[in-house]
Amino acid sequence: MPDIATAKKDIVIRVAGESGEGVISTGDLIAQGAARAGYSIFTYKTFPAEIKGGHAVYQLRLGNHEILSKGDELDILIAFNQEAYDLHSGEIRQGGLLLFDPAVVQAAGAENGIKHSPVPLRKIANEDLNFPIGKNVVSVGVIGALFGLNSEFIEKLLIEKFSRKGELTLNRNLAALAAGYKFIKENVDTHREFDVEPMPGKQDIIVVSGNQAIGMGAIAYGCRHYFGYPITPATDIMEFLATEFPKLGGAVVQAEDEMAALGMALGASYAGYPSMTATSGPGLSLMVELLGLSAMAEIPVVVIDVQRGGPSTGLPTKHEQSDLNLAIYGGHGDSPRIVLAPISVLDCFYQAVNAFNLAERYQLPVILLSDQSLAVRTETIPKPDLTKIIRLERKVWKRNGNGENSQVEKFLRYLNNMDDGVSEMSAPGTESGEHVVTGLEHSEAGNPKYDSASHSRMTEKRHRKIQHLMKHWRAVAHYGDPASDIGLLSWGSTLSQVREAVEIANAQGIRVEAMTPKMIHPFQENLVGDFIRSKKWIIIPEVNYSGQFASLIQSRFTKKVIKLNRYGGEPFKVKEILDSIKEVSKNV
Amino acid sequence: MSNVEQKTELEQSAPGQTQTAASPATVKDKSESVQQNEFNYKSGIKSTWCPGCGDFGVLSATYNALKEKKIDPKDVVSVSGIGCSSRIPFFISTYGFHSIHGRTLPIAVGIKTANPDLKVIVFSGDGDCYSIGLGHFIHTVRRNLDITLVVMDNSIYGLTKGQTSPTSSLNFVTKTTPDGNIDGPVNPIALALVAGATFVARGFSADAKGLAKLIVEGMDHKGFSMIDVYSPCPTFNHVDTFDYYKEHVVPMPKEHNVEDFSEALMLAISPTIHIGAFYKKQSPTFEENIAHHHKTPCDDKMQLLEKLFKKFS
Repeated sequence: MPDIATAKKDIVIRVAGESGEGVISTGDLIAQGAARAGYSIFTYKTFPAEIKGGHAVYQLRLGNHEILSKGDELDILIAFNQEAYDLHSGEIRQGGLLLFDPAVVQAAGAENGIKHSPVPLRKIANEDLNFPIGKNVVSVGVIGALFGLNSEFIEKLLIEKFSRKGELTLNRNLAALAAGYKFIKENVDTHREFDVEPMPGKQDIIVVSGNQAIGMGAIAYGCRHYFGYPITPATDIMEFLATEFPKLGGAVVQAEDEMAALGMALGASYAGYPSMTATSGPGLSLMVELLGLSAMAEIPVVVIDVQRGGPSTGLPTKHEQSDLNLAIYGGHGDSPRIVLAPISVLDCFYQAVNAFNLAERYQLPVILLSDQSLAVRTETIPKPDLTKIIRLERKVWKRNGNGENSQVEKFLRYLNNMDDGVSEMSAPGTESGEHVVTGLEHSEAGNPKYDSASHSRMTEKRHRKIQHLMKHWRAVAHYGDPASDIGLLSWGSTLSQVREAVEIANAQGIRVEAMTPKMIHPFQENLVGDFIRSKKWIIIPEVNYSGQFASLIQSRFTKKVIKLNRYGGEPFKVKEILDSIKEVSKNV
Repeated sequence: MSNVEQKTELEQSAPGQTQTAASPATVKDKSESVQQNEFNYKSGIKSTWCPGCGDFGVLSATYNALKEKKIDPKDVVSVSGIGCSSRIPFFISTYGFHSIHGRTLPIAVGIKTANPDLKVIVFSGDGDCYSIGLGHFIHTVRRNLDITLVVMDNSIYGLTKGQTSPTSSLNFVTKTTPDGNIDGPVNPIALALVAGATFVARGFSADAKGLAKLIVEGMDHKGFSMIDVYSPCPTFNHVDTFDYYKEHVVPMPKEHNVEDFSEALMLAISPTIHIGAFYKKQSPTFEENIAHHHKTPCDDKMQLLEKLFKKFS
């Protein structure tokens, strides 16, 4: 637990065991019950890359305040098998609790003030309840009892889940839940120590993962065409939208590969419909040529990249932030684009809407960089207020209408006389709007044209869009003490751990401020520059080896930065960032 | 012939309708007297092809097919990839998408999926469609979208000045195969048939009239239609020439039943090169199936989101 003397309290619970044994479903049930009971929750899951076997981990942090990270140390570990004990028991904090089934786990003697509580899950399920698969629900009862969750919230979930399967199944599950609660009440003395209150007041919240939030953002914008190819960890965006887009009269099409996916999205966008695809690093690598076509032909498109461990096939189910270079620079030629990086699950929703706003407004490809940890983790987030969503649409030509192009008798798709570099579009089916788009350099009408003056002017047009965007879009966030000398500069989901470290440091009297740009490209040098210039030391934590973001910063500013890199496939621990802050603060 | 064209650019003439006198005394085609306006399908852009190029025949056949069907250019999208033949959208007054090498068909799939009311004609070549685009060709065929694919097959890569293509014969000599081509040629008709194409035909650009008929038939066919067209390159391919094809092509046997798949396949793999329709079949189209999957009534997106929020609370 963080050693801050405030009313904030939360606990970190980890469930681990063999994949297929119910680790994830157990965690999900507790998480949803806790969220309904008003707790703020933050989950972290890892899955093995294989389909059968391997190790699964579910970490749930819950409390009475906004939870910023999954937690460095465990208050409670539930080890479903020996491997879970072997791998994770070292992460239990001093004074924490280990629960294990003595039938399958041999735990060494208790040390470090860690309490060992054998819970005979299999015995309870098999013998007492005569319901072997009820073992997981027993463990849900055990966990709920430990932190003081009112069992009615889980009971309601079980009713929703099992009432269709008949009264017998439902009652057996309810009995299993009760048995878990009963066991703790009668056998484990220390459980009051782990009591946590829910958040004060009634919250209008939803519990979703980063991937689901992106899908919802796409729906909120009004996109209803998705073309994609399955790839971990982006597949569930496609699966989520596959049931929703048809309800809106749209479609989700599984393409034959990632190049076809982006090609289809460009075709649909050219036909007048905002379109998207989602992939991970290997897929984005394949899409690079089509990103250039989007930029040159000026066709809006949104590409979600849910980053994972690389390079090459890499680590499909592990966390990494190493696609930044690919997203910004991948592709031949001077190829303008926009790169956004959401910082939390809530931000996934809003940046997804923004991705479409910017793609449609500026007729460019927008890459949204999410990552594996953000994709699968679930958080309680305030329900988005749909009446407050801002939507930007593409400029559309109307003959003799009020648009810029409309002064001209003949439609010119790439009319090059406006400040923002954005010319009007005309969708097939529009009278007198016929034109041909191409990846070749072209005239204002869109016909191939390669002379020097023309290429120069058209290049300027395409980049004028970027210049306009930089002037008119503000997408940075600040946290902590603006008067500090130490600054943390991060991108994407790393902000979660950065925020928590900054809170702890400031509370301990170490002044520090964090800043994160949500639009990484085009890079807003003045906004980031103000931050950098105001600090004596800049620390840049990121989950990649070479410091891709740090390199970008160092190419723009002369100030030396302190790179903090982790590249083991896991997010930062809050302590790792806090230690770095403390180290630097010795120089203050 | 340099592959850097368009030193000068002729502005597009304004696309749109041209008036024709409607009078019983002046009957235009063999068809009914023209009371309606006729559309202009020529973009006015000067073509980039060498004199004698086979693609002129395809262009002419396309103009005639569009004219025959009396389609408004605003409702047509010509999609192409990269190659001499892929320049064709610039010469037609419809909407067009000149995309990147090999990704032609996915672009067309996207357009048609988003707006099934559009008429989509895909123009490609033996390199664009049967080399880099071959994977997309197979998958697009099996989806059975109601689009028409016209492949201008000259058994050479013309735009890059004369390399071997997937339909070049064995032992064909070019600068990349100076000792003769060692790859057996693909059989596009057989590939299309086995992938499940519901209309497969072959044309010859010297027979512009016959080709126009095939294009009309393809466009009329409800489902994926493909017309592979022998369209010789006089500049770089001195083997698969007009003379060669004139000597060797034969019309489809009169007794051929276009609904017989095995017969079609046998004709496809026969050493004799046939011109005409090989196969035709009615199947539900991609767009029909997608529309079928639309859950009615169409939810308002805000309503849908509120439902989802409730589900996740």
